[in-house]
Amino acid sequence: MTPRITLAVAARVLTQLRRDHRTLAMLLVLPCLLQALLWWIFEATPLVFDRIGPALLAIFPFFVMFLVTSITTLRERSSGTLERLFTMPMGRLDLLGGYALAFGAVAALQAAIAATVALTLLDLDVRGPAVLLGVVGVADAVLGTALGLFVSAFARTEFQAVQFLPAVVVPQILLCGLLVPREDLPRVLEVVSDVMPLSWAVDAMEQLATTSSTGQVWRDIGVVAAFAVAALALGAATLRRRTE
Amino acid sequence: MEGAVVTTIGLRVVRGGRVVLDGLDLAVGPGVTGLLGPSGCGKSTLLRSIVGVQRVAGGSVTVLGEPAGSAPLRARVGYQTQSSSVYDDLTVAENLRFFARVLGRPAGSVEEAVSAVDLTAHRDHVVHRLSGGQRSRVGLAVALLGRPDLLVLDEPTVGLDPVLRRDLWALFHRVAASGTAVLVSSHVMDEAERCDELLLMREGRIIAQGTPSAIKERVGATDVESAFLALVERAGGAR
Repeated sequence: MTPRITLAVAARVLTQLRRDHRTLAMLLVLPCLLQALLWWIFEATPLVFDRIGPALLAIFPFFVMFLVTSITTLRERSSGTLERLFTMPMGRLDLLGGYALAFGAVAALQAAIAATVALTLLDLDVRGPAVLLGVVGVADAVLGTALGLFVSAFARTEFQAVQFLPAVVVPQILLCGLLVPREDLPRVLEVVSDVMPLSWAVDAMEQLATTSSTGQVWRDIGVVAAFAVAALALGAATLRRRTE
Repeated sequence: MEGAVVTTIGLRVVRGGRVVLDGLDLAVGPGVTGLLGPSGCGKSTLLRSIVGVQRVAGGSVTVLGEPAGSAPLRARVGYQTQSSSVYDDLTVAENLRFFARVLGRPAGSVEEAVSAVDLTAHRDHVVHRLSGGQRSRVGLAVALLGRPDLLVLDEPTVGLDPVLRRDLWALFHRVAASGTAVLVSSHVMDEAERCDELLLMREGRIIAQGTPSAIKERVGATDVESAFLALVERAGGAR
C-alpha cells in the first residue's frame, strides 16, 4: 500500500462527487429531510420518534453509502479504468483504502449534519456524548461503502447493482430494531438480526440515546468495524488484476 | 529475437471455455509494430496478456526482460484499452493529474501529455462533453504519461477522422523515435503501411510477421490486404 496512491484515489473520488451535485445532495441533505419527515409523521407521539430517531441516524448513512459505492465501483470496473489502474503501480488496498477514506470523510460530514439537525431542530433526546453519534455514523457509512464495493463485483450493469439494495439492505433495515425491538423478534429472526451488521450500529445509537455509559457503545462500534474490515477483505478478493 | 521487447512462448488463453490463443510464439522488437487482423481474432486478448491483465492458461509472456504484469513493469508499460478508460466526470487535466500521481510522475508531465495529443485547448473541459475522438486521445495521453518503455494501444485510431489518424500515426513514430517500443492493433488493413513491422493475425495465430514490403513481396501482392488474403488461401483457405 502506497500512501501517495491511496490519497490520489481519495482525492479523485471526492472531485467526482463534488462535480455531481445531485449525488452530493442525496448524501448530505436527503438524510436530514427523511428524518424530518418521520419526526413530522410522529408529531402527535414524540415518544415514538425518540425511539426510532437514533436508529435512523444509523440507517441512512449505511443506505446511501452502499448505494453510491456500489454504482461508483461498478462504473470503475465496467469503464475500463480499473483495468488501466491495474496496469499501473496501483495496489488493491490503495484502491479500497482510497474509496474508504473519501466516503468516510463524506460520512463524517453527513453524520455531523444529520446529528445536529436531530439534536437541535428535531429535539431528539440523547444521553450519551453527541460526538459518538458521529463516530458510529462514520463506522456505519464505511460499512456501507465496504459492502457496496463487494456486491459491485456481482453486478454487470448499474441496473443489477441497484437490485442489491432491496436484497441486501432492506432486510437489515427490517430486522435492525426499527420496527420491533430486536429482543421482541421471534427467536429465529433475532438470531438472524444478530449476524446483520446494521443491527449493531442501530444498537450503538440506541445505547447512546438511553444511557450515558459508553462501554456497550464502543463494543458495538467494534463489531461494526469488524464487519466493515471483513467486507473490505471480501471486496479486495473480488478485485483481480488478471481477469478472464 | 535479438533485442526483443516482448516475447511470448506457447501462450495459451481460454476465455469463456473457448480457446482464443493456443500456443502462440511471438517476438516484438522496437519501433512501431502493427498487430493487424479482423475483429475477434484475438488481438485484444494478446495485448491484455502483454500488459498482464489477462488470465493466462499456459505459456509465458516476457516484457522488457520481466514476466508480463510484474510489479517492476507497472510504471514502464503504457496501455490504452479499446474504450478510452478515463473518468467521464472529470476534466482532461484532472484525469491526467490523477493518473500522474498514481504513476508518481511530476506535475509537468501532465502538460507534456496534453500537448502531445493536441488537447491543450480542451484541458479544462469535462471529458463527457468531448467528442469520441477527443476522448480516445485523453486515454492516449494517460498511456503516454509515464514516458513508458513500451506503449500498447488497442485500436487507438478506430472511427477517427483521417486527418487525426495521420497525426496520431505521426505521434506514434515520434514516440518510437524517442526510444519507446509501440505496439498498435488495428482491424483496418490500410493502416499497415504506416507500421515499421507487421504482425498479421487470424483466428488466434500469427500468419505473417515482417516489414510491410517484405510481407507483400513474399506473396507478390501490391497491398497488405491482398497479401493477407493470399496468405490465408495458401494456409488452406477459410475454414
